[in-house]
Amino acid sequence: MPDPVLETRGLTIRFGGHVAVDHVSCAFMPGELTAIVGPNGAGKTTYFNIISGQLPASEGNVLLRGEDITRLPASERTRRGIGRAFQLTNLFPALSVFENVRLAVQAKAGRGMRFLSMASAHRSLAARAEAVLEEVRLTRLAGQPVSALSHGDQRKLEVALLIALEPSVFMFDEPTAGMSVDEAPVVLDLIARLKAEGGHTILLVEHKLSVIRSLADRIIVLHNGALAADGPPAEVMASAVVQEAYLGQELADV
Amino acid sequence: MNILSGNRPGALPLTLLLIVVVGCLALAPFLFPGTRALDTAAKICIFILLAASYDLTLGYGGIVSFAHTMFFGLGAYGVALMLDHLGRGWLPMIGGAAAGAAAAAALAFVIALFSLRVRAIFFAMITLAVASAMAVLVSQLSGLTGGEDGLNYQIPRELTPAFRIGKLFDVTVNGKILNYYLVFAGCTVLFLLLLRIVSSPFGRVLEAIRENDFRAEAIGYPVLRYRAAATCISAAVAALAGALYAIWLRYVGPGTTLSMEIMIDILLMVVIGGMGTMYGAILGATLFVLAQTYLQDLMGAGAEALSAVPLAARLLDPDRWLLWLGVLFILSVYFFPTGVVGRLRAMAARSARST
Repeated sequence: MPDPVLETRGLTIRFGGHVAVDHVSCAFMPGELTAIVGPNGAGKTTYFNIISGQLPASEGNVLLRGEDITRLPASERTRRGIGRAFQLTNLFPALSVFENVRLAVQAKAGRGMRFLSMASAHRSLAARAEAVLEEVRLTRLAGQPVSALSHGDQRKLEVALLIALEPSVFMFDEPTAGMSVDEAPVVLDLIARLKAEGGHTILLVEHKLSVIRSLADRIIVLHNGALAADGPPAEVMASAVVQEAYLGQELADV
Repeated sequence: MNILSGNRPGALPLTLLLIVVVGCLALAPFLFPGTRALDTAAKICIFILLAASYDLTLGYGGIVSFAHTMFFGLGAYGVALMLDHLGRGWLPMIGGAAAGAAAAAALAFVIALFSLRVRAIFFAMITLAVASAMAVLVSQLSGLTGGEDGLNYQIPRELTPAFRIGKLFDVTVNGKILNYYLVFAGCTVLFLLLLRIVSSPFGRVLEAIRENDFRAEAIGYPVLRYRAAATCISAAVAALAGALYAIWLRYVGPGTTLSMEIMIDILLMVVIGGMGTMYGAILGATLFVLAQTYLQDLMGAGAEALSAVPLAARLLDPDRWLLWLGVLFILSVYFFPTGVVGRLRAMAARSARST
């Protein structure tokens, strides 16, 4: 069995007396797509935030390829290959769509500290940014400021930034939330394609069970911050814990 | 080579306005003879550079600092102290400017490291405290800095009126004019450098950080390091502007370089001109220094002309120039919230759409 790419050991965060993530230990394998499910407030996004470095762990460790990254700042984790798309769209509003992606490409290339060359002279970065925009079907909006985009297009751009980073771990936090029925497939196809490419470790917080069924290799269930179930989709979905955790919420709308 | 670094003014009226301002400054000794006019032109050049360096942190980095005059003063005092203690000469002058710039960058680095982690408002307060402490220190260390009286010193003879070269277009070209061109050239080169920096990959990251520092960190830019670098560059350029000012004035005192009033002036220049545009510094500083220098004269003339009208004459009394300067600023900030540059660009964009 190969070594896990990403691993959390006893990962815990407390806000005052409230334990939002409670000793979650989990290993994520290369090429595996793991869906993370659980009711609202179960700690899914918080778990993501500790892994990608937006929140400091109170206890436990995050390991990337066996290396402890628990104390590293978010930017350094991204540089090492943890890529994150956010649930609430989190972009650079006054900058153009193209510039948003170009910034992510530039970050990946590690060229941010160039003071005396012109940004536009780095043609390979621009070309890569254009290719990423093409992938998410946003080419026609490249020149628009983000603030002029529809919600669905902003979600696509959110995913584009993640793809531009070329991470080894992709973390999607409800990538299709609030998207229309016509728009969601663009993002889901992208995730499916990433999975098909193989080798990427993908973590996906998602509510729609149809999506989970078609994409996930494995499901983990968080309930009140703790790991409630972990296994192949069919097994987890059938388990009593999940039925209880969801209390018929999402399972009902299959 | 693309001298404007691909960063164009972006609107025809704006381009024309900039050409007029820069042209006037370039030919100032020949277009506007007289000591006072030349003094004003040199002051405009230096404040354009100072405001532009402030725009790098405020407009591009979104960092509010009140320590900018401190960096300005470090450069000025660097030159003054060297020339005062080592005697007149090119080497002490250049050495003083370099030392001032290095000291400013080092101090900016320390402040940035200790305080950029905290929220913006605390950073602003810390810079205010450090700048005030520096101003007190300079006025107390009178043995070294001349205290409140400041320092008078000699600059190389080639830069003084005593050094005569000849006549050009009926104007006697002397060292003073050479000195002016030193100031003009220094400010031009450094301004173009700043323009280059804001168009560089680094400058784009700064904009990203201003827009959303959380996401900038999340896509892999260590925000603290970028902010610290911007603060250091901005401080070093401000110090070089201070050094040029010290060379031009042949005098340095707390009132000319370190005072809080100058800090507020710079802030207003950047805001009136347009934050995050660089070109705004040119227009903001020019308008500001011109108003500061000539408003009083203009009002004097106005009061004279209206001397028959009782109330108007008293309102336009030259002693009330600060009141009117204040009114002008309030109006300009009210009508041009994005600055003169922002306004002109928006107008150009509108007319481009309607055609």
